[in-house]
This record gives sequence, C-alpha cells and structure tokens, in this order.
Amino acid sequence: MTAGTLNATLSVRNLSVRFRMRGGRHIAAVTDASFDLAVGECLALVGESGCGKSVLASALLGLLPANAECEGAALLDDGTDLITAGERLLARTVRGRRIGLVPQSPAAHLTPVRTVSSQLSETIRELRPVPRQERRAAAHAAAGRAAFPADHLDRYPHELSGGLAQRAATALALVGDAPLLLADEPTTGLDRALVERTADELRRTVDEGRALLMITHDLAAAARIADRVAVMYAGRIVELADATRFFGEPGPLHPYARGLLDALPERSFQPIPGMPPELGDLPAGCAFAPRCDLADALCGTQPRFDGRVACHHAHTEDPSRA
Amino acid sequence: MLELSNITAGYERGKPVVRDVSLAVSRGEAVGLLGPSGCGKSTLARVAALLHRPDAGTVVLDGTTVTDYRHRAPRALRTTVGVVFQSPRLSADPRLRLRDLIAEPLKATGRRIEIRERVDELARAVGLGGDLLTRSVHEVSDGQLQRACLARALVLRPRLLICDEMTAMLDASTTAALVAAVENYRRETQASLLAVGHDQVLLDRWCDRTVSWDVPPPA
Repeated sequence: MTAGTLNATLSVRNLSVRFRMRGGRHIAAVTDASFDLAVGECLALVGESGCGKSVLASALLGLLPANAECEGAALLDDGTDLITAGERLLARTVRGRRIGLVPQSPAAHLTPVRTVSSQLSETIRELRPVPRQERRAAAHAAAGRAAFPADHLDRYPHELSGGLAQRAATALALVGDAPLLLADEPTTGLDRALVERTADELRRTVDEGRALLMITHDLAAAARIADRVAVMYAGRIVELADATRFFGEPGPLHPYARGLLDALPERSFQPIPGMPPELGDLPAGCAFAPRCDLADALCGTQPRFDGRVACHHAHTEDPSRA
Repeated sequence: MLELSNITAGYERGKPVVRDVSLAVSRGEAVGLLGPSGCGKSTLARVAALLHRPDAGTVVLDGTTVTDYRHRAPRALRTTVGVVFQSPRLSADPRLRLRDLIAEPLKATGRRIEIRERVDELARAVGLGGDLLTRSVHEVSDGQLQRACLARALVLRPRLLICDEMTAMLDASTTAALVAAVENYRRETQASLLAVGHDQVLLDRWCDRTVSWDVPPPA
C-alpha cells in the first residue's frame, strides 16, 4: 500500500482520532489508520463493538463531536481532505453528494414524524434536479433500488420493522448517486435472507462504479461482498487482507482475526477470552496481548503495521502455498 | 415449562400479527424459533414473556394458566421468565450504572439483601470485569451493555429464559461468549430457553431443536 494509489476514491493516511475527556484524559478511538479504497471495490472494516469502527466513519463525514481531535488525512480523488474541510464544504458538496451514508440505527436516522415517501422526496429535492411532479415517481424508483416495498412508502418509521427501516435508510443513501458509500452496520437486525439481499444490493451499487466502505461485525455479510477486509482492534487496523484469502485458505494472519473467525457458530463457536481494552487506557505494547495465547515479552512493544498485518507473531503461511 | 396454544396476537383490532400459533418448550429444553424479519416472532416472544396480552389462545407457564399480563401478572409468575431483547440501548435506562441495572429486578421484588452477592456473581458469569459495573449505561459499548442485560435477565434465577435476537447486534466473539454464559446458567439450573432469531446456523448450534416460522410450529 503506497501513498497516492491511482484511482483511489478515498485515501486515508495515518488517521487518528482522540477524544478529550474531563480531567485531561484522552480516549484514543482511532490510531494511525491508513487504507485506500478504489472505484468498484468494497472494503469491509470488521471488529468488535467499541473498537472505533464507527468513529472512523464519523470522522470521514465530519460528524464527530466537538471534543474530538483528528490527525492525518482522508483524501477524496480530487484532493479534498475530509479531515480539514470546513462544515460548509462538507454540507454543501460532500455529504449525500460525494459520500452516501447508510447509518447504523435506521430507527434513529429516520425522522419519526414524517413518512418514508416524504423523506425520500425531500432528499431528492435537495440532491437532484427532479421536477416537482416527478418527485413521487423518483421516490418510488429510489425505494425500489433498495428493495423497499412501494406499498409501505406512506408509513411512518415506527410502523416499519427493523429490516424495512434499514432499507428505507439505504434508499435515502442511494438517492444522491454518491461515488463513495459508507455503510455503518448496514445488516444489523436483518434476517439472513435480507442480509444477503441487502449485501447483494450494495455489491451491485459497487459494481456500477462506486466504492463502498462497509463497517460491520457481520462476518458472513463481509465474506459475501467484500473484496478486501480490514480488521480493527482497539482503534488500530491490525490486518488488511484480500477477502478470499482471509475467509478461505490460509486464513487471517493476526491472532485476533483468527479468533474472531473461530467464534462463528459454523466454526468452533469459541469466544476470544476476555474483553477488548478500554480505549482510554491502552497498553504501551500490543493491545491484544492480554487476550492472546501467543503473547510473550516481545508484545510489550507496539508491533508495526507492514501493510498486511501488525503482529509480532503473525500466523505464517505455508511457504509451499504462498 | 411453556405451552403456547393457538395464540393470536396483534396491535390493531382485526389485524393479528400472530395467527393461531402453538409452541411448547419442555423443562430444560432449548428451542430456537426461526423466522424472517417482521413475521411476528418477537410478538410471540412478548406473549410468552407475559409482556403482551394475546387476542386468543392460552399460555400455560410452569403449569399455571396465565390470565393476566404485564403489570397485572402475578409476581411469582412474572419472575419465572427472564427476557433479553435485541437492542440493549433501548432496554436499559441510560441514567443507571451497570451495577444498578443488573440489580433492578432484585430491588423491584424487595430482595435488596441479595444484591451485593448476586450482582458480583453474575458480572463474573457474563464476563463484566474491572470497573465496568460502576460505569453508566452510556459509557459502555453495545456488547458490554448486552452482557449486563443478560445478567439482569438472570438475576432472579428465571426458569425460562427468552432471548429475542439477543446477539443480532453483536460481533462473533461476543455472541459466542453470551451464548456460553446462557448455557452455563442452564446447565446449573436446568432452565428452559426460547431463543428467537433469524440466524439458522446459530440457532441450530445453540438449541436442542429449531422451529421454523413458515411451517406452523408443532405443538
């Protein structure tokens, strides 16, 4: 992974986000994250809840609270730096137009007192030059793209099941035809068939020439649509891998990623012992070491991310297969 | 332990969400209820947890035919069931500390004297260590909060545990940890389990048998 990769829709460089807390404490939510995302590519960012995945997404959209301090850069293809861009620029040209957000909790994202149809129409009015009388038809079309049933368009968000609310939110994100989609847990609360349908729908929008950063804990959904997988642990990207290699043979390199896959019910269904560390109180060395059975004295120092993995004891591939 | 017979339930007159469904869970048995989003499985779980009055049908819980629901249900019957919901954020009072969240059912049933011992024991069982118990609900992650919600559901030692999509918001490792905590509790107490979900692989691995919603569940 080199700086300034061609065709990268999004280049994140050494992005760190810290929250200033009372009493001079700091919470290091994201530390030194770097990755590239190109058109036609889906990158899945996976990790346990509370590892900093959603903070990373909020940073890219300039939606962090006032006590957040960012370092590093996140460049769009025309050189716009999302980290230093002002609110005015983000609001007028970026959100919805260049980056579409599929939110984590659609029930909280949708306006509770207005129907789905009215919210779609409003978004269309703001983002696309559609004449007034054609807006309803455009809203229908937008709903159809996210597989939202047309006969539910006049319902209010509280009248929708979790799955339908998710699809309504996805439809809103697709309205502006943004070249980059950020999906924050797009499949949470959906049943398996709907997960696959939502995932396939997102994949189709990627194949139409968009880039997708999908933040998820659903490894099955990630395996279904991702081209590459980034594993995040305690605010750091600890592994960045090709999805086929990650989910198939030889599997992940980082012991945390291996443990995460092993916890799946179709694999050994064994949890990783312990819990993730507090982001306000990270150890000096490898943050995973206290839960890792390979840990030794070397793990007291922070492992360097070499572009594939950050671990002193990464799983070694069988050289005959490499 | 739990017998639901010909249950019809819904939220609007004349529009039942659940129609004539029967389901039984024997003592010590783990039953998975599998169905697509919006099919009414959560409503059925609410009926089983005495949180929603069905329009028709009978609920027999632990040998007692249920006549009153919600706050009218007799306490002895209500505390027979523990429930864990899908979204821990929506089912936890944001003003509470996790310790108080877990202890709430004990306070509500006048068993404050058990709080100290029981809360610590459960915190260990669900893997909430360190200073997490003194944190507020808004200071912990979804996974940590769901661990606390499971502890809250177990605090009165229910003989039936209902998990409505307990792990849908959680990552693989936390899912495996919570399922292991439920199974440890069931091994100690022979409690029954009704696990509602949409993940067939998970329910097949977790439960003794899995009932699919599209075929009418056998009585």
